Amino acid sequence: MSSRITKSKTAVMASICAAAAVVAACGGSSGGGTTSNTASAPGITPTTVTIGSTQPLTGPAAPGYSEIAPASKAYFQYVNAHGGVFNRSINYTYLDDQYNPTATSTLTRKLVLQDNVFAIFSALGTPTHLSVVDYLNSQKVPDLLVSSGCNCWNNVAQHPYTFGYQPDYTIEGKILGQYVKQTYAGMKVGYFAQGPNDEFGDDGVLGLNDVLQGGGVTVASPVQYYAPTAAGAMGVKAEMAALQGQGVQVIVAFSIPVFTATMLASAFSIGYHPIFVVSNVGADPPTLTAILTGGALGVALPQALIGGVVSDAYQPLVSDSANPWITLFKSIKSQYAPSLPWDGNVLYGMVQAYTFVQALKAAGQNPTRADIVHALENGHFTGPGIVPFSYSSSNHNGYSGVQVVKIGLDGTETAVGSIYTTDDTSAGAITQYSGTPSTPPANGIP
Amino acid sequence: MNTLTRHGLFFIALAAVLVAVTYQVDEFWNYNIAGIAIFVIAAAGLTVLTGINGQLSLGHGALMAVGAYTTSLLLKTQPQTPLILTLLAAVITTGAAGAIIGVAAARLRGPYLAGATLALAVGLPQIATHFGSVFGGNQGLPVAPLSPPAFLGTDFSSNRWLAWVALSAALVTLFLLANLVRSATGRRMRLVHDDETAARLAGVDVERTQVLAFIISAACAGLAGSLFAYQLGITSPTGFNLTLSLQLLSAIVIGGLGSLFGAVWGSILLVILPLKISDLAGNLNLSSDVANNLPLAVYGGVLVIAMLAFPRGIQGALVSLVRLGRRAVRAAGPRPQVSSTS
Repeated sequence: MSSRITKSKTAVMASICAAAAVVAACGGSSGGGTTSNTASAPGITPTTVTIGSTQPLTGPAAPGYSEIAPASKAYFQYVNAHGGVFNRSINYTYLDDQYNPTATSTLTRKLVLQDNVFAIFSALGTPTHLSVVDYLNSQKVPDLLVSSGCNCWNNVAQHPYTFGYQPDYTIEGKILGQYVKQTYAGMKVGYFAQGPNDEFGDDGVLGLNDVLQGGGVTVASPVQYYAPTAAGAMGVKAEMAALQGQGVQVIVAFSIPVFTATMLASAFSIGYHPIFVVSNVGADPPTLTAILTGGALGVALPQALIGGVVSDAYQPLVSDSANPWITLFKSIKSQYAPSLPWDGNVLYGMVQAYTFVQALKAAGQNPTRADIVHALENGHFTGPGIVPFSYSSSNHNGYSGVQVVKIGLDGTETAVGSIYTTDDTSAGAITQYSGTPSTPPANGIP
Repeated sequence: MNTLTRHGLFFIALAAVLVAVTYQVDEFWNYNIAGIAIFVIAAAGLTVLTGINGQLSLGHGALMAVGAYTTSLLLKTQPQTPLILTLLAAVITTGAAGAIIGVAAARLRGPYLAGATLALAVGLPQIATHFGSVFGGNQGLPVAPLSPPAFLGTDFSSNRWLAWVALSAALVTLFLLANLVRSATGRRMRLVHDDETAARLAGVDVERTQVLAFIISAACAGLAGSLFAYQLGITSPTGFNLTLSLQLLSAIVIGGLGSLFGAVWGSILLVILPLKISDLAGNLNLSSDVANNLPLAVYGGVLVIAMLAFPRGIQGALVSLVRLGRRAVRAAGPRPQVSSTS
């Protein structure tokens, strides 16, 4: 979308474009394909766009998350097979940093200096990506849709080229907190979180406390923390026993999948059966099932532990086969990445890739690096996500809210109640979102 | 020519060659040259401790963390601290930490020493997580990148400057260590390694020698850690995990245990190899389960083959090669005039 179009018109145009199947209808400022393609920026040739990413393909964060980049790549292959973006095909290079900032630092420089990427896309992890965010901005390399819910990506003054993607953990904490307060009034609530002094756990607890402190429910203290090391994954029985001892009836967890699984198994093994509320990144049912049944934990009936867990979502539900987006991405997956499982991580990678293609298209036929930044700030994109993006020239946060979901005994998620949006300030109101969900374009390409 | 002059001339010539190299390669390889130089400093320090003095340390990654955090904290409170002071501060604090650990280590042997230093590698970075308000927790402490001094001009590459700083530090370290291992202290360290009882009978204070080796080695790790902080731009516990300690150890073993040259070869291999194979994942049309693990498998495979092919490390293999070459020349030649095998 051109930045010349006024704001009110942009929203109308966005919905028209999303519905329209005509590729050229969403053309940028340089005008609908009549001019020829040029090498308008580093990483852009008349026929290709090269982008790169660092991902934990191996190591402690790999289970689940290693599927994201291959899923994005599958979507890009689909786009390339259908004419690409302005007749350019997208080359996506993702490198394994093993969730180690040292490797992230080196590999990101390799992508920028040697592979000459147009932009970094979907780089995963808070500690890892923090090590390169200054570098990328100093080199004016677009750093788009970071795969982490840290609210640290939204710093337009210092990091104008960096954009977050998923709802930050404080937003999630606030909306989950509101659900807990309304649904489990009068009960005792305890927290289980990654940390201490870890943005994931801390930001989540911050959001929860904004809503839960001072009324409705009793909050047990202290927070039970876990350190994300291999040794910790052996069991968190002591933490669960502490919460059990305090009579906690509802546990709200900000944990990565391995520790959600460990938490569920540990509580069960000491005969403790509270209600579990788990943040989105740690609650994907297929991922949890795989971890619970595999290796160390060896749980025979994982659905008995996962069933009943409350979580939240900002993209369509993986098991919602009636949703046209799910039909679209599922068919792309089976054609271009048949070896990947069908789960929340794969969907995440595909929705993210779709959003990137939206931005690339809106940046115009011959975009510069600054063009794609403006495209994201002004695009007001609607797509697979069930909540709107926060992007503007003063806000680089990603999705602005979530909907609470409940996992059933068969491992499928069901939406509970309305969709809410909010921001990460403690004063920011939680408002119900009533926008209608968009439908995919006929050819599946924005 | 005495050792000092010979080493001095060698290092000056090497420095000239390396400066020329930094003008020939691009930004990315300057960044990697800095990475190699930093690895060399830590690995050379570990060579003195493990290869020469015979004390196994699985905790040198944690000592690098001490140096990195010293620098980062100093820059956090005094952003204008000159480079030389932050490096020195890191050397001193890490040397002091090394002295404390060294005293404990001198009482431990074999697997017990390995276990104690392993605990260090696992435990020390957790301190940063635990006292997050000081050390920045998992998110870590940011470090502003090194900017080249004004006299080099405004468009001087910051990566080349980083390479120069790291190379200078590496050359100074190697020069000092090369002289050390040839000195009386170096001989005492070797003697302690070979036979403690004989060393004691010869009047060598075994514990003192061992603690000294630990201090020197730790000081090197501290210097490397400090430069590492500048190179990475952030100091966080995840950057100083057990893998780093094990990589340092693999570097000196694969390079050739007990030789400073070996530390250099090992460092070059361990920095360049992962870069060369990192592209394997995406370029071949494999299922993601295979593709994701392929670089790691190749990396492990190359290291295993290197160990099988060169049981005495790369340096050991090079030395054998040179010997073979000389013998061949001698056999082929009619009559050797001078034997220069000294």
